[in-house]
Amino acid sequence: MEARFLLGFLLLLSLLSLSFSIYEDQVGLADWHKRYIGKVKHAVFHAQKTGRRRVVVSTEENAIASLDLRTGDLFWRHVLGKDDVVDQLSLSLGKYVITLSSRGSVLRAWNLPDGQMVWETVLQNSNPTDSFLHVLGNVKSGRDSLILACNGGSIQAVSSIDGLVVWKKDLSVDGLKLKHVFQPPESDTIYAIGFIDTSQIAVYHLNAKTGELLKHATQSSPVDLSSEISVISGDSLVVLDSTRSSLLLIKFTAGSITHHHKLLSDIVEDFSGTAELIPTKSNDIFVVKAPSSIAFVKVRGDDEIELIGKADPAGIVSDSLTLSEEEQAFAVAHHSSNAINFHVKINGREILTESIKIEEHRGHVNRVFLNNYLRTDKSHGFRALIVMEDESLLLVQQGEVVWSREDGLASISDAVPAELPVEKEGVSVVEVEHTLLEWLKGHMLKLKGTLMLATPDDMAAIQAMHLKSSGRNKMTRDHNGFRKLIIVLTRSGKVYALHTGDGRIVWAYLLTPLLQSKRCPSPSVLTLHNWRVPHHNALQENPSVLLVGRCGAGLESQGFLSIVDSYSGKELENLILDHSIAEVVPLPLADSSEQKLHLLIDNDLNAHLYPRGLDSLKVFTSEMANMYYYKVDNAKGVVKGYTFKKGCSTWSSDAYCFSTRELWSLVFPSDSERIVATARRKMTEVVHTQAKIMTNQDVMYKYISKNILFVATVSPKATGGIGSAGPDEASLVAYLIDTVTGRILHRVTHQGAQGPVQAVVSENWVVYHYFNLRAHRYEMTVIEIYDHSRADNKDVMKLVLGKHNLTAPITSYSRPEVTTKSQSYFFTHSVKTIAVTTTARGITSKQILIGTIGDQVLALDKRFLDPRRTANPSQEEKEEGIIPLTDTLPIIPQSYVTHTLQVGDLRGIISFPANLESTTHVFSYGVDLFYTRIAPSRTYDSLTDEFSYVLLILTVVVLVAAILVMWAMSKKQDLQEKWR
Amino acid sequence: MNPSSSLLSLLSLLLLFSSALSFQSDEFLHHDDDEFEGVRSSRDPAYVSPPVRRRPDLDLSSASDSKSVQFTLEHALGDSDFSVAGTFTARLKSWTHGGQTLTKLRFTRNAISDAEKGLFERLLKEDDFYTIRIPSNVLNPSGKDYVVSSVRARCLPRESLDEHFVIHTDGVNVLAVNYGSAGGCQYPRPLKFPAKWSFSSYTVLKNGEQAPRTPTFVEQLIASESPLEEGVKPPEKSFWAKYWMYVVPLGFVVMNAMAQATNAAGEDQNQGGQPAQRAPAVRRR
Repeated sequence: MEARFLLGFLLLLSLLSLSFSIYEDQVGLADWHKRYIGKVKHAVFHAQKTGRRRVVVSTEENAIASLDLRTGDLFWRHVLGKDDVVDQLSLSLGKYVITLSSRGSVLRAWNLPDGQMVWETVLQNSNPTDSFLHVLGNVKSGRDSLILACNGGSIQAVSSIDGLVVWKKDLSVDGLKLKHVFQPPESDTIYAIGFIDTSQIAVYHLNAKTGELLKHATQSSPVDLSSEISVISGDSLVVLDSTRSSLLLIKFTAGSITHHHKLLSDIVEDFSGTAELIPTKSNDIFVVKAPSSIAFVKVRGDDEIELIGKADPAGIVSDSLTLSEEEQAFAVAHHSSNAINFHVKINGREILTESIKIEEHRGHVNRVFLNNYLRTDKSHGFRALIVMEDESLLLVQQGEVVWSREDGLASISDAVPAELPVEKEGVSVVEVEHTLLEWLKGHMLKLKGTLMLATPDDMAAIQAMHLKSSGRNKMTRDHNGFRKLIIVLTRSGKVYALHTGDGRIVWAYLLTPLLQSKRCPSPSVLTLHNWRVPHHNALQENPSVLLVGRCGAGLESQGFLSIVDSYSGKELENLILDHSIAEVVPLPLADSSEQKLHLLIDNDLNAHLYPRGLDSLKVFTSEMANMYYYKVDNAKGVVKGYTFKKGCSTWSSDAYCFSTRELWSLVFPSDSERIVATARRKMTEVVHTQAKIMTNQDVMYKYISKNILFVATVSPKATGGIGSAGPDEASLVAYLIDTVTGRILHRVTHQGAQGPVQAVVSENWVVYHYFNLRAHRYEMTVIEIYDHSRADNKDVMKLVLGKHNLTAPITSYSRPEVTTKSQSYFFTHSVKTIAVTTTARGITSKQILIGTIGDQVLALDKRFLDPRRTANPSQEEKEEGIIPLTDTLPIIPQSYVTHTLQVGDLRGIISFPANLESTTHVFSYGVDLFYTRIAPSRTYDSLTDEFSYVLLILTVVVLVAAILVMWAMSKKQDLQEKWR
Repeated sequence: MNPSSSLLSLLSLLLLFSSALSFQSDEFLHHDDDEFEGVRSSRDPAYVSPPVRRRPDLDLSSASDSKSVQFTLEHALGDSDFSVAGTFTARLKSWTHGGQTLTKLRFTRNAISDAEKGLFERLLKEDDFYTIRIPSNVLNPSGKDYVVSSVRARCLPRESLDEHFVIHTDGVNVLAVNYGSAGGCQYPRPLKFPAKWSFSSYTVLKNGEQAPRTPTFVEQLIASESPLEEGVKPPEKSFWAKYWMYVVPLGFVVMNAMAQATNAAGEDQNQGGQPAQRAPAVRRR
């Protein structure tokens, strides 16, 4: 009987959650999904005479994609993931894309037209190092062609049809690194050339069909060799020496090695410093980049070299493009103010010069990939794929940018929401329908849709109408707070503002050029913060965001600040600081012009206050006694807390510099615990009520403190991947720490559990996800923390007599009497990231947003993670909404907020409130971006878009008509009555 | 009221009672925990409360060896350097399975010197921090790693200086020490000097808790399979819940009709019962 109840209840619950999900025709109404690929590092053009022209690229985000050369659209894309770095990309047989990844250990073939994987081979490498791929076209083993993958001193030949390893040859020479493999036409011998350490050159002759070693020769080099080579023909190459000031020409002829040493100063005039050899593969031409110029050098005969062309050293040289036996084309592109100067040189002779106008915010040219095509007049035309500093991808042809892709958005590192401008007077928000007829027609269509009478065409029309009428793409603030800007920071230091309506880029700003022109050579941006959020005092001011970064790679390098206007994307101010930046602490304080106070902690633990102004200093010093700062040192396993003191030793005259003093420290024993995860509450989170009413009318007070820090440690053996430690060796300890006093509020050990740990803290609870080695499953645990010291406030008599102390301030210095409730559940997925929904006033129930391993976002109701769930809840508990206890958290397919879409390589989820209490914005990012609005407790405070106003009006009209008719009838009847 | 809190209040009542009688008992109050002991260097314990805590799941019978260890408490008054302020003594128990734990912690405070008293008074005036530290590894204090804790000096004074240590340990390692006043310390903190310049200390040792195992319901699921075969009906809604939207208007219509019918009947009655009255004739004009 009970079981039946339970099942019935579960069924009801599933029906309930079904109604939370969206319908098929609602997809795309509030959400958008953008696909990117990231910064391109290899590109291979595939332009057949017929068929679609495409370019296959691999990127720094480890994506492989095929792009339409005419539009830049994706034909297909695969994201290989963080651990599978693509080393090389090549085409084989004109129909397969071959990729070598994971440090030369995984070889895959993809079908070119549709991107299906054809085969995958794992190459056994003893010591994976730099490896390279060589596709041989003319090996006569049937119609097959071999792919040679070289790794250190071993060569493996793989069949390009089925991926089987045909032969493997380990040359077993210590320190050997193969550099080049070639096969002369119509020959069965493969020549492999490599360097042994840096002093010897070796050549190996192998049988192409069996891999048998036929002959080998070594010769010592007169100079120390670097690893930079340029292949100038099948049997010769150029290598730079380790001082980078001279070259060695190496030629292999029938079993012997000849070499010629050339000084770079003989080739390039006024050569000084060090040079770079640009790796190319071309006939007798190589390119040297010296500080003063880029030199194109031709090799004639055995040892004669000749300078045939020069280019600006600021330029970026493309790979070589072979036009014919004699002709080699190179492209050189460099950036000048707001244009790219694009030159194409054939055999060093300039034949094409174009100046291509581009937007200013793209920065310098980073990479160029050249391709040619046959023009209508049968001459050679050139187009190039250009990767810019902001990681965007441009295709240029005939002096124009044909298309561009903002692929910098694939590497978002931080995101904050921002408001749109307020509506100006005189501009109407609501788009008035043109005519009454159209309006009626539209509503008839809607009605048809609701009554399920609509044809697919009608449905499409309804969809389009929805999109048009919702006005979601306007550039003004709306009453519900649905329209916002999401300001994102990318790895390249570019800031974009995305509109929540459709994900378009409102503005973009590249930070680096301006900084580079000042005394900040290699800036890297770290974090993004809201700098000014105007509320009362400064409404006429625009909101702005703060960007904090470092001027160099090291932790010691000086920091910089940049303030960017959120409406226009213009930089308002930029500051290069004297001190380093270790951490940015946004304070919950603002000065009189609504600029938020920020503390920048430097490496010597001094705190620097920004903005600098007497006003902000006054605000800060008045609150300084109650300011605390904590620091987690993962490497040492120490958490320390600090307070601030006036004045610091390094900058003694600086009134905005404060020193810190250590107040508390926690030392996790290094032999048994390692910090793997920390989490804390969002500073902006709003909690509606402190009290939680239990089923028995009892009140529990939530322990709500902004200073709760969750720390998870695992035993050192269990820090590796799952399987590296047994259940008896692994343990996970979860801590809840008060960051003001360093008090451990709660500590619990999970035996036989290990990371990776993902955690989220909100209100008075923490949810964390880890792996349980005993149960061989992932687990999620919830800890809720309640304040016991306030439990005696429930007395009504005290309340009446005014003796309750609800208004007493809460201080961390009081010894907390907390109780915790905890429960663990199994969870099927491994989790990439975890977040929680936030709403404007914290009334709406919460959902936990889980970024699953399948790159989707799952919204799991917090009620499932309630520690008070019991196997057989009483009637009252059921009424309260307590779900019967199950050992596993349910994954309801409809509760995926990303529905059928995937956010490739999902890295982060942020949730920020709309003005409407029921609704929250969810933005998730990885290589792709996905945005949607969700209502965890459904939209209880507004009518849905589907609400049929027509039906309402019709009902009213019918009612009015009925009243009139009835009135007339009753009058008539009355009259009749009276005449009777 | 649960038993532990009743016990708690009983004990505190007892204590209050005993202090009121100014009877100084050196007997350790019995509660079922052998892992901590409070030793007060001063008299008049203003506040002692047995902590509500769980005992770690340790097999007591496997205890094979125990020896005594000592480690020092150091304190810093404001910006001054750390100096020795007291000594902790604990028993080190070795278990047969190799682990070691600290038990029976005792603490003796050094007396406050005049110089320290002066410093402490300054701390109180400035409402600055009083900081203490103990070595994180009690077996071989390397002098490098300390666990540190601080409190606003104004939180401490009651009758004497009341302090409360919670030492979190993991085997022989001290993870953290939580130091504070015995009771609450609410803001604003008024300047108050203690009547007696001595510390009244209370110490607690805390080991970690073990998480309960995740419940599994395999048996229940199997058991619940048989009723599943019978077919589950969704919970039947009552007639009223299903059809109220039809019933209510229908009710109105019926009531309306009834009212009209009674009206008409009444009129007929009126006409039939009182034929003499012809006053309504006026209305017909």
